[in-house]
Amino acid sequence: MQNKTSKTEKEELLEKDFPLNGTTIQNSGAIALELDIVEESLSDQVKVMSPLQLVLKRFFRSKLSIAGLVMILFLFAFSFLGPLFRHINWLPVYEELERFSTDDILVMPFRRYMEDGITYFYYVTRTQLTYKRLSQPDIYNILGTDHLGHDIFSRLMYGGRISLGIAFLVIFISTAIGVLMGSIAGYFGKWVDQIIMRLVDLIMCIPQLPILLIIGAILDMYTGPPHNIVTPAMRIWLIMLVLTVFGWAGTARLVRGQILMLREQDYMLAAESMGLSASRRIFKHLIPNVMPQLIVSMTLGLGGVILAEASLSFLGFGVQEPFAAWGTMIGSLRYFHILTNHFHLWGPPGFLIMMAVLGFNFIGDGLRDAFDPKMKR
Amino acid sequence: MAKQILKRLGIGVFILFVFSLILFALMRLQPDDFVQQRWGALAMQNGMGDEFLDEIRRMIGLYGPFFQGYFRWLGNMLRGDMGYSLLEMGRPVTQVITEHMWLSFIMSLIALIISVSIAIPMGIFAATKQYSKFDYTTTALVMMGISLPAFFFAGLLIYIFAVQLGWFNPALGFGDAHMAGVSNASRFFIRAWHLVLPITVMVVLSIGGLMRYTRTNTLEVLRSDFIRTARAKGLSEGAVIYKHAFKNTAVPLATMMAGILPGLFVGSMIIEQIFGLPGVGQLGFRALQSGDIPLVMGYNMFIATLAVLGILLSDIMYVIVDPRIRMN
Repeated sequence: MQNKTSKTEKEELLEKDFPLNGTTIQNSGAIALELDIVEESLSDQVKVMSPLQLVLKRFFRSKLSIAGLVMILFLFAFSFLGPLFRHINWLPVYEELERFSTDDILVMPFRRYMEDGITYFYYVTRTQLTYKRLSQPDIYNILGTDHLGHDIFSRLMYGGRISLGIAFLVIFISTAIGVLMGSIAGYFGKWVDQIIMRLVDLIMCIPQLPILLIIGAILDMYTGPPHNIVTPAMRIWLIMLVLTVFGWAGTARLVRGQILMLREQDYMLAAESMGLSASRRIFKHLIPNVMPQLIVSMTLGLGGVILAEASLSFLGFGVQEPFAAWGTMIGSLRYFHILTNHFHLWGPPGFLIMMAVLGFNFIGDGLRDAFDPKMKR
Repeated sequence: MAKQILKRLGIGVFILFVFSLILFALMRLQPDDFVQQRWGALAMQNGMGDEFLDEIRRMIGLYGPFFQGYFRWLGNMLRGDMGYSLLEMGRPVTQVITEHMWLSFIMSLIALIISVSIAIPMGIFAATKQYSKFDYTTTALVMMGISLPAFFFAGLLIYIFAVQLGWFNPALGFGDAHMAGVSNASRFFIRAWHLVLPITVMVVLSIGGLMRYTRTNTLEVLRSDFIRTARAKGLSEGAVIYKHAFKNTAVPLATMMAGILPGLFVGSMIIEQIFGLPGVGQLGFRALQSGDIPLVMGYNMFIATLAVLGILLSDIMYVIVDPRIRMN
């Protein structure tokens, strides 16, 4: 009953305040029309761009970032689409071999068949497919073969899948963890912040490479015949796990710093006074504002992860046979006769690693400049 | 100020403590029979069998209850006893590490001096000519330097200069094959010549980051008010940049340098490995490969201590150089 009366009172009050309802509507309509005209003429003169469009425009203005983008797109096409085109004419070897390879990663230039439970291997001499070890580049293996007769060119493609795949997975997972930990630390403060930030300090202080090497060496001990617990495929996942454990700390620190700064802004006060829940405030209102820095640090981080994985694989404690990452392939230069005589073994993967890291760095730098509203140009 | 430094010191000690715990736990993760795996063949060769292996197990001290073993190891380490290296004929680990660290230190120091003396002037110059051609070229070059994998660049240099051109001895290592009959002076030059390529790699790899750091800091300083005042007073551009701007650019640079200094002893595992130089990095790598547990643990504690020391030094330097922090 009380509600009803109050409503009617309000309505009465409204009617009292605006006795000339019709005229005010007409007036406001006229104003709105005028505004429409002004807006239209403005948008005719000035091209209205969304923030995303502005960022993209600034990004594509820099030649270096375009170069970076081209490099990364090329590498992706090379390693993810490349193997699909192995049957084209100038690569006759691969079609022949695909059916007979024991593993998708391995490209063995010989055939195999089973008879009475015995496996026979034989070479295809008609098409000049012999088991070539450490051969120099020719028309069949355009980058030659390695010490096990693997075709380097195909291996580069599959190696790219592993190297790029590790980098992307590590960065996405560690960024997700970093955002979660950083926002929790920054938003709740006090002892939660203390615990998380000490953990971050610890991770950032610990020298990364030696620990990675120790873990690699321990994995080695479990790979051997007496134990056989760790398979080479499992190793890749474990390496990713370790890189992720080391990777989230930087992101957490970045997000925490940003959130401490943004928390004091007026719009966060508004969000709080509107009674939004903590998780909604963090993930809907704080995180989108950290996004630019986050994207930049992710892009730059990709190069870092590729380098870390490559160093590890180079030293022999990372991705191992029969799988190949670019780092594993370049690791062959530790053998002196390969370093001196077989540039085609370690040169190409080296260039690809450099290209990937350079591309990600160029893109990251371009994005940083594009996101920065203080840019003068 | 003293309180701040003490607090930092406490955090550093805590980090080292946790690191040692992680290290010990990792070592315990090894399979039980790794001593047999690694040293079994050697024991057979010496005809010593199980006694030899037991001796090694006792030396490594990884068996028995976890915390008992950990605290025994920690206690020994705090007293300066890190055990005996199996790889280096049973000599004390501390002695082996101190023996090898000087080569790493000298190499890193020379590389640091060269890269600083190139990077800082270039960084300042690039900042004063922002968006010029010079700025763009150096930025692109810097990016390439940062993106270069050390092992690939080292391989390229060896391939081009030692194998193809023959300027250097492609046998690498630290010294030529027959060093016995040569005089001290020429021995020194031969050794110095062997360090040219590795130091080049180190310089090229570190110069980019250093230059970028100088450039961003200089740009920041050049935008501040007192530079505008200096220009408004009518000072020459040289005086503005080298007298007023440079002093303020030097603050973050000094902080960074202090942080780098302890790390010079660590050297670079990858570069030493490729060039076959007997520095402390190569020592650590060999220890890891051959399963020399006392040396692996000693090496890692050595690295971690230096890393923590670097952070501590750069914090202290920050307080010393910037008076605003000292006042608070």
